[in-house]
Amino acid sequence: MPFATASQTIGPYWHLLEDPSWADLTRFGAPGERITLTGAVLDGDGKPCADACVEMWQSDPPASDVFPGFGRSNTDGAGMYRFTTVKPGPVAGRGNAQQAPHIALCILSRGLMRGLVTRAYFQGETLNDTDPLLLSIDEPARRGTLIAKPAGAGTWRMDVRLQGDGETVFLDV
Amino acid sequence: MADPTPYRPLTPDTQPPYDAPAYRGTIKRHPKQKLHPLPHTITETTGPRFSAAQFPPLADLTMATGKPAIGERIIVAGTITDEDGRPVPNTMVEIWQANATGRYDHPADQHDAPLDPNFHGDGRVFTDDNGHYRFLTIRPGAYPWPNHRNAWRPNHIHFSYFGPAFATRLVTQMYFPGDPLLAFDPIFHAVPDEQARDRLIAAFDLDITQPDYALGYRFDVVLRGRAATPMEA
Repeated sequence: MPFATASQTIGPYWHLLEDPSWADLTRFGAPGERITLTGAVLDGDGKPCADACVEMWQSDPPASDVFPGFGRSNTDGAGMYRFTTVKPGPVAGRGNAQQAPHIALCILSRGLMRGLVTRAYFQGETLNDTDPLLLSIDEPARRGTLIAKPAGAGTWRMDVRLQGDGETVFLDV
Repeated sequence: MADPTPYRPLTPDTQPPYDAPAYRGTIKRHPKQKLHPLPHTITETTGPRFSAAQFPPLADLTMATGKPAIGERIIVAGTITDEDGRPVPNTMVEIWQANATGRYDHPADQHDAPLDPNFHGDGRVFTDDNGHYRFLTIRPGAYPWPNHRNAWRPNHIHFSYFGPAFATRLVTQMYFPGDPLLAFDPIFHAVPDEQARDRLIAAFDLDITQPDYALGYRFDVVLRGRAATPMEA
């Protein structure tokens, strides 16, 4: 049986395909609570990764003609990505579990041979206490790397540290 | 509700590690902690849908401005299947590349080689019902990069695939057969398994070649398949 094709880095020139409007998932007029999810992508020295491609996917609300569910943002000189989207609700988990509202993120960049997948949860959600993924991470500090914090009206911030102190929990999916 | 069927784990050594020190860019960007396991939920088993109506295809990169780009025209075509050999239909494929001189039409590329005003180097195609795709472009040039002394990237075209789920996302690079630079390229060699590596090299294909017009290359790609039976929660 053939196995999946090998990944190679997205490199520093992926912006040739970039359409900045993709970072706004509400551009087709999606209803619902509009939020901004933003943060810095930082390397092992804490320096900003200014050439990364950050992609997001949320399974709630379901994708439709007015809501793509998928977004792509560049990172700027300070390493900041920025999405405008609709706040997700809870999502069914495996078995009878319920997952807390979350957004899946994939970091692609020069220096990454494969995408790094993580999730952004929202601080203060009751379901965070029973979310199967969050519960499976023993250390509270590690768990906290997946939780976006309020950063002004309708704005949530989650930094992504690729390496070292405060390294983000990346997921084996 | 039944649990979603997960996608199969990737086969060891057929994918590059994050820590690939010969490619210096990985040194400060690879995680030191192990990836945390996550049994697939609908977040991983669903994914975006792109349609040709919303995202117009651009299958001819050689005439993007209406005037011909400079360089050797080539046709790149192939089939996208999953690990069970089933075609992946109607999926978006994005491509980007340097021009014939080895220069990207990108402000960060300062290589001293001419830009071509008639070549931007981005394209988008969708597979048909049988998983086939095809585009027409210019053979990209090799270019130097600062990884090590006298480092040159082999000729390559960047590819981005979505497939049916967030878990099937793939970004890779296609290389050309017989390229002497492949032997020295740490990005290509980051893939440990030789067979997996060699599958990144397109095959010259006389059937894809269009007489009196352009050489043809075949680049077939395999996206992750689903596990045979649903995993118990």
